[in-house]
This record gives sequence, C-alpha cells and structure tokens, in this order.
Amino acid sequence: MTNAAIEAEGLVRTFGKVRALDGIDLVAREGTVFGLLGPNGAGKTTAIRVLSTLLRPDAGRAVVGGYDVVRDPERVRGLIGLTGQYAAVDELLSGQDNLFMIGRLLGWRKSDAKARATELLEAFDLTDAATKYVKSYSGGMRRRLDLAASLVGRPRFLYLDEPTTGLDPRSRIELWGMIRNLVAEGTTVLLTTQYLEEADRLADEIVVIDHGRVIAAGTPQQLKMRVGGQVLQAQPADAADLAATEEILASFGEGENTPYSDGQLVSIRINDRSALGQAVRRLDEAGIVVDDLSLRRPSLDEVFLAVTGHVAEEDVLEGEDAPEGERRSA
Amino acid sequence: MSAVTVAPAGRPHALSNTLTIARRNLLHIKATPEQLVEMSIQPIMFLVLFVYVFGGAIAGSSAAYLQFALPGILVQAVSFLPFTTALALNTDFQRGVIDRFRSLPIARSAVISGRIAADGVRILWSILIITGFSMILGFRFAGGAAGAFGSVLLVLAWGLVMCWPMAFIGITARSPESVNTWGFMIILPLTFASSAFANPDTMPGWLQAIVKANPVTSIIDASRGLMLGGPVAEPLTDAIIWMAVILAIFVPLAIRRYRRRI
Repeated sequence: MTNAAIEAEGLVRTFGKVRALDGIDLVAREGTVFGLLGPNGAGKTTAIRVLSTLLRPDAGRAVVGGYDVVRDPERVRGLIGLTGQYAAVDELLSGQDNLFMIGRLLGWRKSDAKARATELLEAFDLTDAATKYVKSYSGGMRRRLDLAASLVGRPRFLYLDEPTTGLDPRSRIELWGMIRNLVAEGTTVLLTTQYLEEADRLADEIVVIDHGRVIAAGTPQQLKMRVGGQVLQAQPADAADLAATEEILASFGEGENTPYSDGQLVSIRINDRSALGQAVRRLDEAGIVVDDLSLRRPSLDEVFLAVTGHVAEEDVLEGEDAPEGERRSA
Repeated sequence: MSAVTVAPAGRPHALSNTLTIARRNLLHIKATPEQLVEMSIQPIMFLVLFVYVFGGAIAGSSAAYLQFALPGILVQAVSFLPFTTALALNTDFQRGVIDRFRSLPIARSAVISGRIAADGVRILWSILIITGFSMILGFRFAGGAAGAFGSVLLVLAWGLVMCWPMAFIGITARSPESVNTWGFMIILPLTFASSAFANPDTMPGWLQAIVKANPVTSIIDASRGLMLGGPVAEPLTDAIIWMAVILAIFVPLAIRRYRRRI
C-alpha cells in the first residue's frame, strides 16, 4: 500500500444495463485536489457515492485513509465530508441549527456543537443569516452552508460533487477560494466537475472519465501537453467574415487539424509558431478586421475533445448517474 | 485537529442520534405552522362535521353519536397522521439530506427511528387534542380513568405501528405525489370499511366480512371497549396480534428498502 490518501482499483458498478463505473482506477495523494472530470452521466457521481460508502461497488476495491469502503464503512465515514450535487441542507431549519445538528449527531456536547457551528458560519460568511431558515437562502448561500455542513467533523477527505454547478460566476470564484484554503490546511479534496476550467484552476491531478472508464489521467499541464502544440484563435469583428476567417486559419492546420468555431471565435490547433504572424498578414490582405487574434496553450476543453472525440457539452446523458431518476428531479 | 472536534471512537450512539434527528423533525413544525393545523384543527373539524352532520341521522342524536363515533374518528385521524412519516422521508431522500446523514459516522437506523419518534410526539399531540375537544363537546369516558389511559396508549401504539408501512411507502415511492396516491389508496378504505362510523351489523354481508377482517376494526372496537366500558378482551387481543403482524412485515421491509435505496 502506498501512502495514497484515496485509492481505487477496478471499480465497477452497474445499474441494470448501464455500466456507470466500468473499471475505474484512481490514486489521490494526501493534501492535494484530485479532479474527476467528465460529462454528465460519465460516472462521476457514482464514483463519489462508492468512495463515500453510500453505494457498494459490484467489483474492484477502494481504500480511503487506509480503510476499505466495503469492509470498514463506518471508519471511512469518520474521515470524510460529502457535499453532493444538490445542496443537501435542511430548508426547514436555520443555518445554525443545520450545523448544530451535525455536531450533535457526531456525539459532541451541546456547547462544542454550538461553538463549531458559530465558527463555520463565520468562516463561510453566513453569520448574518445564521438564525434564518435555509429556505430563504440564495443558491450561493446554500452551497456555502452545504460545504460548511460537510466540514463540521473536520474531515481529512472532502468529496465535492460538482460543487459549483448552477452557481453564478462570483459565487463560483468565492467557493474556489474556500476550497483552496481547505487544501492549504491539509484537507485532501476529491472534486468532480464537468467544468474543465474548474478542474484546471483547482486540481493538482485529473482523471478524465467517460462512460465509466478513465480515458486520460495526469496533471492539467500534462493533459494539455498531450494535445500538443498551440491554439490559434481569431474573432472577426463582423460575423459575416467567419467563413473567410475559417478558410484562412484552415491553411495553418496540419494533418487532421481543422478549424472549429463557436459562432464568434474560430480556433485551430497548430504546430507552426510562425502562424500568428502569417495570420495577421493574411487576414489583413483579406480585409477582415478582428477583435481578437491570439496564440494560446490548449484548454482542457480541447483536451477533452482530443481524448473523447466529442465535445463535453454534447454528451448529456441525463440521469445515467442516478438511473432511477430520483436525484435528477431536484 | 483539536480533541474536542473528533467524533468519539467506537459504535455510534443510536439513542442519542435518534433523539437528535427527532428534534430536527419536530423543529420543522416551527418552520411550517400549517403542520399544526393538520395536527390540531383538521381532526377537530372532522370530528365536528361528522358528529353534527351525520349524528342525528345515524344515532338519533349528535350526543349519542359522539359517544359512539369518537373512538372511530380518533383512530381514523391517527391512521392518517403517519402520512408525515412517508412524505418527510421521501422529501429527505429527494433533497439529498439522507445522503448527508448516511455519509456521517452515525447510527444508520437513526434516520428512521428519529422520524418515527417525532411522529409519535405528533400523534400523541393529536390524540390529546381530539379527546380533549370531544370532552368539551360532551364526550364521557364511561370506562373510567384506566380505560381512558389504556385507550390513549392503544391508539398511540396503533399510530406508531402504522408509521412503519408508511415509512416503507415513503422510502419506496419516487415522489411525494406517489406517496399520496399509495397512502390514500391504503388508509382511506381501511378506515372507512371499519366499525368507525356505523355499526357493521347495518352493512351488507360482503362488506361485513371485509369490516370484520379489517385490523382497524379491531383497534376501534378495543378502543371503544376501553373508552366506554364495553367488551375489551377479544378486540384487544386481535388488535395486538394485528399490530405485531404489521410490524413483523413492515419493519424489515422498510429497513431493507432504506439500506438498498441509492
């Protein structure tokens, strides 16, 4: 056994005919953020549920902090904190009562449970709303409370299942800051996300999963290297010039690299560094005014496209993680 | 990590976990005062309507009907209260609250036992409200204090027993709407096709057979005997056997479902 904090080998879990997990291996080191990246229905939530003892795997094994999730589930539960996709806080209690209740459930004295609740409300900027019912909270406040609730017992391992899905950009950045602080204090974080940017910003290591299998693994840097080269992108000021822009950029592509457009921005993977200069001239000659013309390293979006052969957003298999559909209705 | 905040080692404490979750469930009443209406005003309204609308026609006078029907009305009201068990468990599953509980190092049984403990408090509350109000209307415990106490205990026990099949429905059902559908389909005929509102001797033969086989009839007859001082031994024995049977079937079913539900 290595000193891996979370280790899974060959995890399989099927729901009827769907193989939600089809032999997942992963190793997360202590004190790091481990990102589980994949589209909806890739098996991320199922993986989290197995690693948090909520679901038994059909095959394979997983060890968290030295304890097997199947043989020693109670010990594992003593080490983890879980924040699910939907803020699992009690709407009909105040924020303070939510946190107090968890402290009490952990067997603490009232004064200790109360002190910890106060401390967390303060840390998550919820002190003003402490005694209000959670049903009156905004989405961002609920997520913060949910995260606070998963931290009451000071877990060594924190599982965050799509923690920022549905949050506005400001709340998302706030939450990222909070997650970084926790890691700085020594918490090991297992994060699932379908946002490539999120994995890029937070994770030390990433596995990309699709249809229950690991299709790529490494640091964000390594994954970007895998795609190789750079990306040249141009945004014509006039959308009517999109086709002409694509045509010009296409001439820089080698082999299978063809330009792709999101309707505003045209991008192409290139290996030739002189392309940027040439692109400036060619676009100018063609009389195309551009708002943006740049060369950058590939994003994880492009990594995803390269390893899966499809764009993340297009592969929305609704409900595959929860085949009986109960959690999707929220 | 400070010593204060580390969860105590060893087995989680089932009783203390149950009480914490029961407290949480009862705090919900504060957040949704409608629940108080459901637990207090609704059964009283039902009592008043039944006694004064049908009383004269069925028993000759409202006062006589109140004496006859109160045990039935009480048992019917209490039979419907465990809907809360089903709806609340179902909502907790939907909202992910149960995932949180199950990811904590606590007694797994505490989620159900805490639910039912809280519902026991609600049921007792309703029993006291209904019997108290009916006494204002003129109901008399002809069976004496021991009978009154015994009947309250019996009806409370019946309510707690019915929490288990309702827990099973709440855990199994996919949505609160289907909880309502299933719950009504079971509870409504059980409580009406009984000796609650009319003497079974006045019913057609096929219905009499159903009424006599209905566990609710045994509960009502036993309560009636205790409250009014009539025959108790036979219906009470039947009632206890029925409650044991229902528990034997639905406690394991509900727990199994709870463990299996993903």
